[in-house]
Amino acid sequence: MLHGPAVKLGEDKASKKKASLGVKMFIFYFLLYASFTYVSITYPSLMGVKIIFGLNLAIVYGFSLILIAIILGWIYHIICSNYESKMNKEE
Amino acid sequence: MIYDVSIWALIIFITFVALVLGISFYFARKTKSASGYYAAGGKIHWGVNGVAFAGDYLSAASFLGICGMIAFSGYDGFLYSIGFLAGWVVALFIVAEPIKRFGKYTFTDAINAKFNSRSIKLTAAISTLIVSLFYLIPQMVGAGDLVVPLLGLPHWLGVLIVGAIVIIIVSTAGMTSTTYVQFIKGGLLILSSVILTASILINGINKKPYDKYHEFVSFNVIKEGDKYLVNDNDNIQILYVIEEGGKQYAKVLYDGYERYFQLLPKNENEFTLVEMLSIVNTPNGILYNGAPKAERKFYQVGHMHKVVSNGKEVDSTGALGIFSFFNKIDESEIVRFTKVTFQDGENKVNAWYQNITPGSSVLKPGLFYKLEGATIWQKLNFISLMLALLFGTSALPHVLIRYYTVPSQKDARKSTIVAIAVIGFFYILTLYIGLGAMINGVIDVESSNMSAPLLAKYFGIGLFSFITAVAFATILGTVAGLIVASSGAIAHDFIDNYLNQNLSEKAKVRAGRLAAFLVGVVAIILGILFKGMNVSFLVGLAFAIAASSNLPAILMILFWKKTTSNGISASIITGIVLSVGLILFSPSMYSQYGLNPADAPIPIDNPGIFSIPASFIVLIVVSLFTQKNKAKEFNGHD
Repeated sequence: MLHGPAVKLGEDKASKKKASLGVKMFIFYFLLYASFTYVSITYPSLMGVKIIFGLNLAIVYGFSLILIAIILGWIYHIICSNYESKMNKEE
Repeated sequence: MIYDVSIWALIIFITFVALVLGISFYFARKTKSASGYYAAGGKIHWGVNGVAFAGDYLSAASFLGICGMIAFSGYDGFLYSIGFLAGWVVALFIVAEPIKRFGKYTFTDAINAKFNSRSIKLTAAISTLIVSLFYLIPQMVGAGDLVVPLLGLPHWLGVLIVGAIVIIIVSTAGMTSTTYVQFIKGGLLILSSVILTASILINGINKKPYDKYHEFVSFNVIKEGDKYLVNDNDNIQILYVIEEGGKQYAKVLYDGYERYFQLLPKNENEFTLVEMLSIVNTPNGILYNGAPKAERKFYQVGHMHKVVSNGKEVDSTGALGIFSFFNKIDESEIVRFTKVTFQDGENKVNAWYQNITPGSSVLKPGLFYKLEGATIWQKLNFISLMLALLFGTSALPHVLIRYYTVPSQKDARKSTIVAIAVIGFFYILTLYIGLGAMINGVIDVESSNMSAPLLAKYFGIGLFSFITAVAFATILGTVAGLIVASSGAIAHDFIDNYLNQNLSEKAKVRAGRLAAFLVGVVAIILGILFKGMNVSFLVGLAFAIAASSNLPAILMILFWKKTTSNGISASIITGIVLSVGLILFSPSMYSQYGLNPADAPIPIDNPGIFSIPASFIVLIVVSLFTQKNKAKEFNGHD
């Protein structure tokens, strides 16, 4: 017994391009995240250095990782929607 | 800790639970098919699903656990916020759309879509069950903690109540009701967190949290020969001194009660005797600061040692902005209460000493996970945690099944983005809420998990009632989602697919509900056994298991064509055995068993750094050795 999806999905010609974009954006975010971890364990005192508005690197970096995730998510959605509307037009 | 039970909190709480049950019963009447039970018929709007995602995800771990860990250990608790959110990036960019395309009802369907392998059906079902159970433990622990101040009930009874309500919800309705409950709860959680954060900022930072806050005392002590004498005070007498872990503690007779104080040396013969909190297990019962619980000698704690504003010491800062709140904490000093455990004759002493901590240390990593001068194991433990948090989210079965509730891949994507925005916003607030709890005298040293609700109580019983009810609904919703995922693994993946029972639609739903009941009972038992552990920490372990057992399979199916069903099954088993095995022999679990954590054979708590790569390697090696089987598999089916 093979299982298909819970709802029928049409062919998505943009899926390869979306997957490739997703991997690239993930690698970009992963590098930011890995750098945060690296700085934390290698130069922990650097995390206490004031960066902007009197906030230290730990808070600025931590908040940025959260905000960048949200922004990247929106950018990814816009580009994917663009791929879908162009490549799946004839359907 | 002893709390006053609030009638208002009780009324709002009961109203909430009634509302949740009402929604469940309403949708229960509409749930007739297996698709409706497990995947809400694939008809949920992406916006609703996105907020429901947030509702699912912002479980006890986020609201109770993270805020509690920040309240106890500062920025290290916020690492969980960062990592939990980063996990959604993996979910959005790598997993969301392909999983939507592969799957039907469950995680097993998704990874088995290409193979139709019996071994995958079995191993993936086991993995779903184990991950969901590990994720259920902290939810139940949090539920128990929550009802103690709300209803004045013991912890175990709280766990039992949550378990019973959730079993009713899940065994009657399924994914549709779970989704709408999560949607409402997710929205209310954000609203209440915004109100709480605004209250913290308006309140500012104060030297004394509130009028009735306990005044901690200290005395000058002189050592004459072997005797320690307290200067100028007849009210206190040192009975004897205990040395433990390089620190000195004094058993004293103070105000007619036998208490423990910390003895801090000034020089060779002069000391300061500083008040501590203690809970002592004696052969005749438990004593709280030397007295039975009913005498209410035990206090909520957490206060400023020095409040500094623009270089000057002040009593109060007045209202603060979103940045100046951190600036003032950074300049000031905070009194945290750090736990020590020692034996005093027949008595087992749990004591908390006043740990004056610079605000600048609270606002960067290192108080819980030691980083300055850390050993290699401590560094590996930190990396391991960050790895598990990043890769755990997209491997959680109860998160994955939510992708099947929306009509299309585009909707799955949009749902995820809504979830990231809502969850990210909430996680930023956790730092304010946790620090607010740390400095406003609300901490119950017995359980970090209650810090956020107790902070709400500090701002008024109305806010406390509202937040406790939302937190309780949070747990109800998350537990319901986890039980749906677990029951899917048993009834759909194991009974229907693996054992080939070919159940009718009605029988599938009935099997799912029975499985939900059984999983619920197990969760109740585990929730009672794990009392007292921080729920974020426990969820971190569930993430490590999910990332080790499920993620390699998901990623390699998507990105490596040579992946075989044998490789997937072997990788899932390796991930489960290694991660669960490492956890069971870790220092934290040794502490839970009542053993010395230093004796644990595995020196780290977070297993991900070993189990995730091992699972990947096993998948690759086994797949390469079973390429011939793969050809047979496809020939056989196509």
